[in-house]
Amino acid sequence: MSIDMQQFHGVFFEESQEHLDTMEQLLLSLDLTDPDTEALNSIFRAAHSIKGGSGIFGFTALTALTHILEGLLDKLRNHQLAPSRAMLDVFLEATDVLKDTLCAYRQQNSVDDAAIARMKKKLESFQLSDSTVNKPSDDGFGFFDDQPLETPKPADQDPFFGFFDELDASTPAPIIEMPPAEPITTAMTAVTPATGKPPVKKTVDARETASVRVDVEKLDCLINLVGEIVITQSMLAVMAEQLDGKMAEKFQVILDDLERNTREMQEAVMSVRMLPVSSVFNRFPRVVRELSSKLDKEIDLIIEGEQTELDKGLIEKLVDPLTHLVRNSIDHGIEAASVRQASGKPSRGTVTLQASRQGGNIVIAIQDDGAGLNREKIIAKALEKNIAVDNASDDQSVWQLIFAPGFSTARQVTDISGRGVGLDVVKRNVLTLGGRIEIHSVAGQGTCFKIFLPLTLAIVDGMSVSVGNEIFIIPLANIVECLQPDAANIKSLAGQDQLLWVRDQYWPIVSLSREMEIETTIEQPTDGVIVLVESAHKHFALLVDALVGQQQVVIKSLEQHYRRVTGISGATIMGDGRVALILDIESLYENNPSEKQRGYAA
Amino acid sequence: MTASASVATDNNRVREYLTFRLGDEHYAIDILTVKEIRGYESVTRIANAPEHVKGIINLRGEIVPIVDLRLCFGVGNSVYNEFTIVIVLHIHQRIVGIVVDSVSDVITLDQAELKPPPDFGVAFDHRYLIGLAAVHDDMIIVVDIGKMISSDELGLVDAQ
Repeated sequence: MSIDMQQFHGVFFEESQEHLDTMEQLLLSLDLTDPDTEALNSIFRAAHSIKGGSGIFGFTALTALTHILEGLLDKLRNHQLAPSRAMLDVFLEATDVLKDTLCAYRQQNSVDDAAIARMKKKLESFQLSDSTVNKPSDDGFGFFDDQPLETPKPADQDPFFGFFDELDASTPAPIIEMPPAEPITTAMTAVTPATGKPPVKKTVDARETASVRVDVEKLDCLINLVGEIVITQSMLAVMAEQLDGKMAEKFQVILDDLERNTREMQEAVMSVRMLPVSSVFNRFPRVVRELSSKLDKEIDLIIEGEQTELDKGLIEKLVDPLTHLVRNSIDHGIEAASVRQASGKPSRGTVTLQASRQGGNIVIAIQDDGAGLNREKIIAKALEKNIAVDNASDDQSVWQLIFAPGFSTARQVTDISGRGVGLDVVKRNVLTLGGRIEIHSVAGQGTCFKIFLPLTLAIVDGMSVSVGNEIFIIPLANIVECLQPDAANIKSLAGQDQLLWVRDQYWPIVSLSREMEIETTIEQPTDGVIVLVESAHKHFALLVDALVGQQQVVIKSLEQHYRRVTGISGATIMGDGRVALILDIESLYENNPSEKQRGYAA
Repeated sequence: MTASASVATDNNRVREYLTFRLGDEHYAIDILTVKEIRGYESVTRIANAPEHVKGIINLRGEIVPIVDLRLCFGVGNSVYNEFTIVIVLHIHQRIVGIVVDSVSDVITLDQAELKPPPDFGVAFDHRYLIGLAAVHDDMIIVVDIGKMISSDELGLVDAQ
């Protein structure tokens, strides 16, 4: 029994979380002077759903708070109340409290009753203050209130189009409460095309698209199976080539159909995991709004390309680095209004969040029009921290210095960015996603952080190499160069270790066949192929038998059914159905002398 | 409730086992741990793995390790041909293939039929032994395969 209830709880929690997110988003985009009725309705519905659900499951704290919220929202959408900035602030605060409460219920922690009570008071104060304003006219006809309340507002906002406004202002009331006012309603519909233009751009996406909630594991299973079909398909194709005669031709036609179908199916299934990046971007209006009021900076946030799709796994892991970079831009990047004006810039700063697809990558840019990075200061700081750098270094390598651990050019630690988490963490997060960060900065004009990410976490660009009868995949990101070594450049150290002199460096030669205990006929580096590889802490020359080709491979976990293996980061399935191992350059070659001695003794 | 409880105890008492041969010995494992039975195919070797871990295969998109129980127990001769059998097990969310000489039968055993393993030193670690059963003059060794597969000794899981 209890398990069943848990399942329902899970759905309720997820849905409520979504409702709260929608509420927050809609509240943020609400135009105070001309609130969109559909938006108000959506906010109301969200609150109503949470109230209903929480009531059923006995999450009383949620019910109590949403009840008051719902009451206020109902008045708002019925135009018995006019929205104000202060009210929106409190509503946003309320969604925060609701989120915390939801979280507490989800994790079965105790609910913060004090916060709920405080929030209730704040919300109730609106009800009181506003009902007193409305009282006198309320005694008459409730629906007439709207006009005196609404008409002045749009009028002083947009004095030039007075005649449109009057119609516009009177429209909400007739629709909702005044059936006798038919002439006005028709007039409104006639006018809408003209006045309707500006609101179009802030149309509320009343997403009523049908969707199904699916467990990620089930999806992964599906993706796996489709991958298998693709392999089976290609094996069939190989077999078909050996056929001849009349049948072969017919067979080939059918096989072509199968190939197209499987390819389309694979694309379709892969796309199921993809989500628009808007699910991350949508949280930033709130972040920017709060930060700008805290720092007393006026900042506009522009979001572009939020429909760009990314793997769900990636999206979740992007939240932290992006939040950090946006905070960084606002706190350090954009100057105070007075400074901006002095340098001839508009006093309002702008932060642009942009996502786009470039080839096999997704690029996310965080651009600000602030002061830009200070080259001299960064170099001075680097020297102070004993990081090798000189004045001749190009900008890109100077900017990359700010990703060094403990590197902060902020004069003072603020509660916004001084949380002991630096840009080094951002960089590390992005690297673990298989991505990289570029910085572009022009003094006085602003800074742009560009994050390049692979389309999905499950795929890596790799070079397949052969050793004996086995195939291994070397991630392309680790490869510096592939070459056929020249005997003259191979030096030996203590008669045992072999080093390769290339690119003005000595690279220790590591035999993959020895590391992986595979028999091969290739003994001398000059007979095989050298792959120069590099990772964060190591660089060496990997000796393999031959290069097979460059390809994208789907990463499969080895640890799911087996254990961690040194030197291997995962496995993949090749076109013929065989398993190939993906090398982990970082852990492949132990630079430990005692370790090596053992290797040679054996 | 009482009805279902008695069914539960019945289920606990009488179970189905899959029996297989390793050399001259008969072994049995709980059939609920068995996912499928298939032939041996070439594996991808893993460096630094224990000798009985033959390597990994692609089982419909999952990367699954293959363990030769004959090498684990030191019985039978480890030949690999078209008759070599792999029993694919599903244990604690993990999938593992075990190589055996042949699969014999599915038998039903009452717990009462299981004799406790003798105390004297057996080659086989009795921690993984559920008991011994006599069926048609044969001694069947009933193995707790779940416990065995997840033990550190087999080297299939990360040491805790």
